[in-house]
This record gives sequence, structure tokens and C-alpha cells, in this order.
Amino acid sequence: MSEYLGKVGAIIWKDILSELRTKDIVTSVLVFTVLVLVIFSFAFEPESEVIRLLSGGILWVAFTFAGMLGLSRSMAVETDKGSLQGLLLCPVDRDVIFMGKMAASLLFMLLVEAAAMPIFLILFNLPVFLPSLALVALLATIGFASIGTIFSTIAANTKAREIMLPILFIPVAVPVIIAAVKATEVIILGEPLSTARSWLLIIAAFDAIFLVLSAFLFEFAVEE
Amino acid sequence: MKDKVNMWTGVAILIAFVLMAVALYGALVFSPEEKQLGNTIRILYVHVPSAWIALVAFGIVSLSSVLFLWKRNLKWDTLARSSAEVGLIFTSLALISGSIWARSFWGWWWTWDPRLTSTLILWLIYLAYLMVRSYATEESRGARYAAVVAIIGFVDVPIIYLTTRLWNLAHPPPTVARGALDPIFVWVLMVSLAAFTLLYIILLTRTVEQKNLQREIDQLRQSLK
Repeated sequence: MSEYLGKVGAIIWKDILSELRTKDIVTSVLVFTVLVLVIFSFAFEPESEVIRLLSGGILWVAFTFAGMLGLSRSMAVETDKGSLQGLLLCPVDRDVIFMGKMAASLLFMLLVEAAAMPIFLILFNLPVFLPSLALVALLATIGFASIGTIFSTIAANTKAREIMLPILFIPVAVPVIIAAVKATEVIILGEPLSTARSWLLIIAAFDAIFLVLSAFLFEFAVEE
Repeated sequence: MKDKVNMWTGVAILIAFVLMAVALYGALVFSPEEKQLGNTIRILYVHVPSAWIALVAFGIVSLSSVLFLWKRNLKWDTLARSSAEVGLIFTSLALISGSIWARSFWGWWWTWDPRLTSTLILWLIYLAYLMVRSYATEESRGARYAAVVAIIGFVDVPIIYLTTRLWNLAHPPPTVARGALDPIFVWVLMVSLAAFTLLYIILLTRTVEQKNLQREIDQLRQSLK
């Protein structure tokens, strides 16, 4: 088990190192997320009461698009320079590569979300300290990263990769998006977290199912 | 051999034609108005069978996709792809007819109900399945990618149904199963279901045949080069 984690860790570390040197993903995706949030705050009056009801949706629209952007960049660097071939030649199982890439994407997405969250709360005049939102974001992002890693691998090998990822990703991510929006609404409206319990359970179930399924199917997505 | 296949297809088409004519007569003329649904029940004779085929076709897409990834026989891929092409049409039909019915009965075109949402997502997954193939750089890659999409989609649709169930319920429950519907309506519906199922099978076999011929032509063309 610890050997397995060590291998996964090596791939994560490779991605962190390349991110530290290029600052390719986190900065660009963060700027993009903030821009989306700013556009929404222009589109709706931030002072109105309605915004409290809409803000959950706004946040997850921004995070969904940001997530796809980050995932497609993370895979694009692998395919563009042919380093995916190198990665596949590593003496490890395919699901180790999947777990490594997935965990690295998850880490970058969480970083972006952690930085964008305060900006969101301020822009929409919401209570600034909402720790339970972190739980929703963590759970939902695991789901995004699981299906996103396999779909971005597929999309990176097609002719129209920018458009292929959303076409594959969004329909499948619908349960996570719906549940995350609903759970966020509950938290923003100040209701107890137990009200959002079933939503959180759905996301957790989605995460478990698709983490296993994507790891298993990854082999077929990278096969030459 | 070919002649015998053609003969059976001819017979099947004839039966489907007669069944469809009977179903249409039943839906538009023979079926009386339902006490609650009124004349809008006539739409359901098209809607319910289309939705049924939408699900059956996707079941076949997923099952053949699993078999394709497992056995690596192109036969399964052809079946999956053909079923997806035909299934997309029936899913569109189910969505459109359902929307028209909703407008005339509820007064709105669309609502986020479990069945509506999962059918719409199913439609999008069909679309993703077919698009990933046509955008793939090679035929064989496209087949593998599509199979992966089909399997993920197959697991995803029930989850979407459960998620939206928590949220909203507007679609009427299956009244036929509960026996709440007068037998006369059930009979017309059954004829319509049979007609649609047969039509699906015919379209599916024709598409498979067409794809096989297409592959044969491609191979001949390659050998001429």
C-alpha cells in the first residue's frame, strides 16, 4: 500500500514541481475564475436579497468552468510535449498514473477555489467566514477531478480538445453541480449543515463511484 | 443468404408499417379522451414508446461498449454506434413530445423534474458519445473513447435521476403499472410500444448493415491504393 502511495506521490510531486516552475495552471485559472465572478457581480445587483439565492449557482458555474480549464491545461502539457508517452513508459500501473494526475489536478483546483472563495464572498456581500463551504468544495472538486482527468485525457487526443472537454464533462458532472449548488445555498442561507446532509451524501457517493470507475477505465483512454 | 436476410427485413418492415398504422389509428381516432388528461393522452402514445426506446437503445450502447472493451471485436463497436445513432433520434422524439405534452397539460414547456432532467442528460451523453468518435484522430481511438463515455454515462444517468428526485418531482408516475389507466388506453399504448420497438430493431439492423458495408468499401478502397 505504501509503495502504491509512493508511486502516486512521485507523479503528484512531478506535477507540483512543473507547476512551481511554470506557474501555468493555478495563476491563469485563478484569474479566469475571478473574472467570471466579476462578470456575474455586474450582471446581478450585489445588494439585492435575490443574490443570496443565486450565489450558490454563480459560484459553481465559475468553479465548473475553472475546473475544466485547469484540467484541460494539465493534460495539454502532457500531450503537447509528448511527455504523456514518457509517463506511460514508467514501470507503474495505469491507475497509479491516473491517481497521480487526478490528485495533482485536485490540489491545483482546491488552491484556486481557496483563493477565489473570499473574493466571491466579498463581491456578493455574503458572510465572510463560512467554513462549511470548504467541505462542499472539497467533496465536489474530488468528483470534478475524477471524471475530469479521464475526460481531459480523451479530449486532449481529439481534434477539437477545447470543445470536447465541456461536451464530455458537463453532462456527467450534473449530479455534482446540482448537489453542490443546493448545499451551498443551504450554507449561505445560514441553515444548519444537517439540512444539506443528503446533498453531501450524493456528492460523496458520486466521488467514490467515479473515482474507482475512472481509474479502471483510464487504461482504455491512454492505450496506444 | 443475402436474399434471405433481405426477405426477412422486408417482412419486418411490412409488419412494422401495419403496426404503426394501427397504433396511429388507435392514438388519433380510436382512443377516447381520458378523464384527467383529455386529448393530451394522444401525445403519450408517441411519448412513452420513444422514451422506452431511448432507454433500451442506451442499454444496448453500454452493454456493447463493455463487450467491445473486453473482447475487442469490432462487431460490438458497430452495434453500439448504430444503437447510439438510432437512440439519439428516439431520445429527441421523447424530449420534444414530452415538452409539447407538458405545455398543453401543465402550461410550461420545461421543468427540472427527475425524468426530464435525466432524459435531457441522456440526450447529451448520446451526443457526447457520437461527437467524441467523429472528433477522434483515428477510428480505433474514437471507438475506445466512445465506449468509455458510454460506460460512464450508463452509471451517471441513474445518479442524476436520484439527485433530481431529491429536488423536484413533477413528472406523473407510471400510471400503467399502477393499473390506474383504463384498459383501452393500455391496449393502444401496447400496440404503439410494439410498433416503436419493432421500428427500432429494423433501424438498428439496417444501420449495422450499412456500417458493415461502409467498412467493406473502405477496405476495398485501401487495397486499391
